[in-house]
Amino acid sequence: MIYFNNVTKVYNKGPAVLEEITLTVNAGEFVSIVGHSGAGKTTLIKMILAEEKPTDGTIFFESLNIHKLKSGELTKLRRRIGTVFQDFKLLPNKTAYENIAFAMEAAGKSNYEIASDVPHVLELVDLGDKLYHFPHQMSGGEKQRLSIARAIINQPEVIIADEPTGNLDPINTYEIIQILKKINDLGTTIILTTHNKGVVESIGKRVITMEKGKIIRDDKEGKYII
Amino acid sequence: MTKFRRIVKAGFINFKRNALISWASVLVVTITLSVITTIILLQAVLHFSLNQIKDKVDITIYFTTNAPEDKIMALKGTIEKLPEVANVSYTSSEEALRLFRGRHSSDYPTIQALDELRDNPLGAYLNIKAKETSQYESIANFLKSDNILVSGSASIVDKVNYNQNKLVIDRLNSIIAGAQKLGFLITLLLIALSIIITFNTIKLAIFISKEEIGVMRLVGASKMRVRGPFMIEGAIYGISATIITLILFWPATAWLGRHMTDFLGINMYDYFVSNLIQIFFILLLSGVFLGMISSFLAVRRYLDK
Repeated sequence: MIYFNNVTKVYNKGPAVLEEITLTVNAGEFVSIVGHSGAGKTTLIKMILAEEKPTDGTIFFESLNIHKLKSGELTKLRRRIGTVFQDFKLLPNKTAYENIAFAMEAAGKSNYEIASDVPHVLELVDLGDKLYHFPHQMSGGEKQRLSIARAIINQPEVIIADEPTGNLDPINTYEIIQILKKINDLGTTIILTTHNKGVVESIGKRVITMEKGKIIRDDKEGKYII
Repeated sequence: MTKFRRIVKAGFINFKRNALISWASVLVVTITLSVITTIILLQAVLHFSLNQIKDKVDITIYFTTNAPEDKIMALKGTIEKLPEVANVSYTSSEEALRLFRGRHSSDYPTIQALDELRDNPLGAYLNIKAKETSQYESIANFLKSDNILVSGSASIVDKVNYNQNKLVIDRLNSIIAGAQKLGFLITLLLIALSIIITFNTIKLAIFISKEEIGVMRLVGASKMRVRGPFMIEGAIYGISATIITLILFWPATAWLGRHMTDFLGINMYDYFVSNLIQIFFILLLSGVFLGMISSFLAVRRYLDK
């Protein structure tokens, strides 16, 4: 589904942030990417979202060469990918309802679909009573659940979660991972980056370990060895 | 249509929710529109003053007392045909005498001296108004070159006052041209400064939303869906600023009308009220255009990610 072919990324002629990464993520997989800060995890994620361009190599999403896409095609691709971030990246001036409705509007959904699906998905992440709350009126765990609700609302093929539990306490971390596991069980591919050993072990699925821009391990079952 | 409605609605909601930044931007656009309104009013004063000065400039051809009237009228006809000429008025020698008496009615020795003369000492004259002050010279040149001023071997013209007033007219021409150029340059400079300040304020307001723009793009919003609400906000800045500017200038021009009409030579309030619709549209178009274009350009740099 996602294929990195010899991808290298260098900023301003400095050392390589990513070095000759070759990697395949199949549909339906739950892949955890682990590594120290600066290992290149976030850069890898940014490449899939076309926020960064590779210095060398190519990245494919199915048959699409991500970095050859035109603006309109990239917009369409991003609608097929749900994103969850450590800092939530919610729209601060929109309520919980509007944050999700915005993602649906962007995907061209009708007002009727928005009115029926948004309350439902907020119920799913246990935010049914926070429809008209703004992000600043919510706790960290609630914000992250809202972020997940936004990521899944358009039924994407892949969810990319960059350190989604980084700012959360253990209880909220557990809840978020359970939600992501459920989403994966329903067939959605998940790519998650984390520092949290407990998270990786509780998922118990494929783990890619990175160090200094290189993949040093690729284990089929959850192992956090650095 | 749904997309457009959503963009417009989002623009209004953003304006309301970012109230502080929105009203700060409206204030800056209001200052810009106030500068434009002030320039419109100053142009009116300048235009009025220049026209008044221009009205005082003319060429008068004084004829000899024995100049035949048919010759004078023929000359009048010829001059009227010149493209530079706005109008030519004829004053007969009798009329000239009557006007002279009127002007000097309280000057007893002059009137007495006039009474002692049997004949009318004043000749007829033609008063020529050009369309532009700069055209008097070419009219004067025409008069010099044309044989029509000669009857037989003697000239029927006593004097042409252009030659006496040439220095004043030339100086006036250069003052008028300079005032117009300076006015235009100051206008351009003030408008450019206002636009730069407005653009930077809106740019700053949008800079605060740059993270938000990135998030919108990440969730798959098209460029227009992201940019649209900001442009609508820009248009709202323009509309609000137009209304505020007109409300501010209403009492300001009323005060000027009451207290400064003699000094300015024009009643500002009357001018403002009688040109309100034009001023409204100039401000509205400037404000909306400025707001929308500034937003369009400011968002552009954050859209490409």
